[in-house]
Amino acid sequence: MAPLIELRNVSTHYVSQRGTRVVRAVEDVSFSLNAGQTLGIVGESGSGKSTLALTLLRVLPTAARIAGGQILLEGDDLVPKDEEEMRRIRGKKIAMILQDPMASLNPLFTIGDQVGEPIRLHEGASRKEAWRRAIDLLKAVRIPAAETRVRQYPHEMSGGMRQRIVGAIGISCEPRLLIADEPTTSLDLTIQAQYLKLLRDLQEEHKLGLIFITHNLGIVAKMCDLLVVMYAGRVVESGPVSRVFNTPYHPYTEALLQSIPRMSDTRERLTAIDGQPPDMSALPLGCAFAARCPKVFDRCRKEAPPEFSPEEGRIARCWLPIQAAGEAQP
Amino acid sequence: MSATSAIRPTPSVAARLGDVPIFPVAVLAFITLVAIFADFLAPHDPQFGNLAERFRPPFWIAGGSIKHALGTDHLGRDVLSRLIFGARVSLVVGFTAVIFAGVVGTVLGILSGYLGGWVDQVVMRIVDTWLALPALTFAIFLAAIVGPSEMNIVIILGAVYWTRYARIVRGEVLSLKEREFVRLAIVAGASKFTIMRRHILPNVVNSAIVLASLMLGVVIVAEASLSFLGVGVPPPKPAWGVMLSDGKQGLMVGYWWLTVMPGVAIALLVLSANLLGDWLRVKLDPQLRQL
Amino acid sequence: MKQYILRRLGYSLLSLVLLSLTIFLFIRLTGDPTTLLTEPGASAADIEAVRHRLGLDLPLWKQYAVFVFSLLRGDLGDSFYYQTPVFELYFSRLPNSLTLAIAAMGFSLVLGIPSGILASVRVGRFWDNAGKIFALLGLSVPSFLVGLLMILFFSVYLQWLPSSGTGGISHLLMPAFALGWYFAAAHMRMTRSSMLEVLGSEYVKLARLKGLPESMVIAKHAFKNALIPVLTLAGINLIQMINVAVVVETVFAWPGIGRLLYEGVSFRDFPVVQGIVIMGGAMIVATNLLVDIVYATIDPRIRMEK
Repeated sequence: MAPLIELRNVSTHYVSQRGTRVVRAVEDVSFSLNAGQTLGIVGESGSGKSTLALTLLRVLPTAARIAGGQILLEGDDLVPKDEEEMRRIRGKKIAMILQDPMASLNPLFTIGDQVGEPIRLHEGASRKEAWRRAIDLLKAVRIPAAETRVRQYPHEMSGGMRQRIVGAIGISCEPRLLIADEPTTSLDLTIQAQYLKLLRDLQEEHKLGLIFITHNLGIVAKMCDLLVVMYAGRVVESGPVSRVFNTPYHPYTEALLQSIPRMSDTRERLTAIDGQPPDMSALPLGCAFAARCPKVFDRCRKEAPPEFSPEEGRIARCWLPIQAAGEAQP
Repeated sequence: MSATSAIRPTPSVAARLGDVPIFPVAVLAFITLVAIFADFLAPHDPQFGNLAERFRPPFWIAGGSIKHALGTDHLGRDVLSRLIFGARVSLVVGFTAVIFAGVVGTVLGILSGYLGGWVDQVVMRIVDTWLALPALTFAIFLAAIVGPSEMNIVIILGAVYWTRYARIVRGEVLSLKEREFVRLAIVAGASKFTIMRRHILPNVVNSAIVLASLMLGVVIVAEASLSFLGVGVPPPKPAWGVMLSDGKQGLMVGYWWLTVMPGVAIALLVLSANLLGDWLRVKLDPQLRQL
Repeated sequence: MKQYILRRLGYSLLSLVLLSLTIFLFIRLTGDPTTLLTEPGASAADIEAVRHRLGLDLPLWKQYAVFVFSLLRGDLGDSFYYQTPVFELYFSRLPNSLTLAIAAMGFSLVLGIPSGILASVRVGRFWDNAGKIFALLGLSVPSFLVGLLMILFFSVYLQWLPSSGTGGISHLLMPAFALGWYFAAAHMRMTRSSMLEVLGSEYVKLARLKGLPESMVIAKHAFKNALIPVLTLAGINLIQMINVAVVVETVFAWPGIGRLLYEGVSFRDFPVVQGIVIMGGAMIVATNLLVDIVYATIDPRIRMEK
């Protein structure tokens, strides 16, 4: 059976108005995810995570365009689809939860209208029916007094509640794939934990595929089956979470892992990664991480490493595992 | 991506000049030259005409002659000559009023923003109150008090428009006050006056210039409006607003050139001023884009 | 909320006091305001009477008290020309001004809002640039010039529309266009920037992610939100229109407040000029207060600010 979603060498570029400058925000990205699985995409801000998410739904700013690759949803390529076909997929088959719950709700419409909107749109439900379903959805995301809440406006809700409402909108048409972009950054820790549990429950209930975009590896450890690490628009490492955590192949992944605080940790300070992420409009010739890499050597600066699979189900974009493999099998 | 555009190397002088919008600069330069050399360029006296030759059309229309290339008005005065001298009035009044308002507004804005306290309270209350007065009505009211003259128009327009500068400059000063270099100067024991002159003023000059360039069009329209209503430049001085007012007499019988000629002149001048102001704003001060 | 309104009310009162003080001091600026405040050609006895009635022989602060108390009684003095109280004169002309302002407003919104939306959804492309040129022309070609050129074309050349006075719709068309022209450009710019801001918001992004067609994203989610600042501006501009109509009303001999101001200036009827400035300022102070209160009722964040 085809995976739920599979990306093959997807690239998304921003092109300046005169076409003179190109920013390769997403470059040659491949991964796949089965129904019921959770994939974590990790990277610093500006690494292309959010652009990648918007690429999946093809809701990109006008300056951006998909420069190549295939996005297969249950075997069906989304890239050549026209706007009308894509529209029927958005919110219906693939839904997305945006970063900022405060800003994601339209201040002028009631909660009921906004939660019910995709249902009316995709299933042709009447306003009344949509409201009834909206109440059920609010209950499903554990909002107390759902019957009164549907009638209220976003400014009458707390931040945690709005986040759940945005979640309710996401699952309103029972999508196959749910993408959550930094879903917990603006919440306090207790609510964060509750919200993550809620997402996991929803996933189990609906056999959702879940893509988690975050820079919090702690959440990835708790929530995800698969991990994709992005740096400067490229996947630098991917694989099952437990295996990547145990033996990272890319020095960047290693550095990220060292920066997770652990309860057992006795070190006083976390290892932060020195240096700045590279300028996306003028990437270096070689590996984009070379300037910050503690294990850098000559070849890294001259030549960008290709994608390489050091073991089944794992991918790394680094010269180190390639060389190690080369030495093992001359 | 925005970061990368900020660290582009400084463009060469040629590249910077290449960016200047040609149309408004050419129009402004032309009008300025005409204003400067009005005495040589004007074929006739702008203030006296021959009543026997009144309402002559421009030369390309039957009844017109090259002697009065753009025709004559109700007193037989040469329209071209009046246009040429009118350029002088518009530019002189426009520039001096903008500079006058700019200097007063910038100085008061700096004092208000930097000194704070009661000075700020007083200046800002005055600014708020004066901004609440409809500009043109206010100007007409002042003109009714002091009576019409070119000098008075400059003072009136300055009095009406300085508040725009004061408010924006004060806002900038408030943020400059928190900046490192100003704090360093305070620690170094510089006097308030020195700080305002050496550290604050040079940093608000850009905004003041941008605002001045945007105000130029506004002020020129205001002068033309006042002159049109008869409380601006007193006749028989050939201001473009006065010409339009005079032109009303011939309008209904189809003497269109008396309206169209000064009208086109005003529109071209104001359009050029606004285009140049827009360009300067983007060039000098991206933060003022919302103005 | 109550506190907020009270504080705003206090500010407005202060503004009115400063406004009256400004007007008062400017009139005294020339030294002796008697010449301004007596009819041209008045006898020495008449001048003395005016002097006494206005208390010009009193110290300055007492003069101000006299000035303010007559304002509070709604007494703006009598017009020299019409020989009637300025206050009455003002309100007899106000309906005409309002008619013109509302027509001009309607025109400016009908032209400004759709073109602003079009420019915002086609940002950087043809319609956006066309809109920029339109806005620039609107801000650069003075309204009286638009009026005069229209008279030339529609009244003199085509003979379709009357060039002056009041009457039916035909009398209203040209002055409303001339007056609304500048504001159409302003409303277009406001609509464009407001739409651009809303179109970049997270909730518009979410609306797209829900699978809404772009036309509905714009019409339902973006436009409604973008309209609030535009309508606020329009409300303020309606008052501005009454006050800047002086040139347009003069061009078209439209008997509104602007025309009254022009007559006041032409006939050296100073009480009329003074009265119109005071009323104009008071109207704008009142509008600002109203806008603040309306905003506080709409926007919960302001309302909750205690």
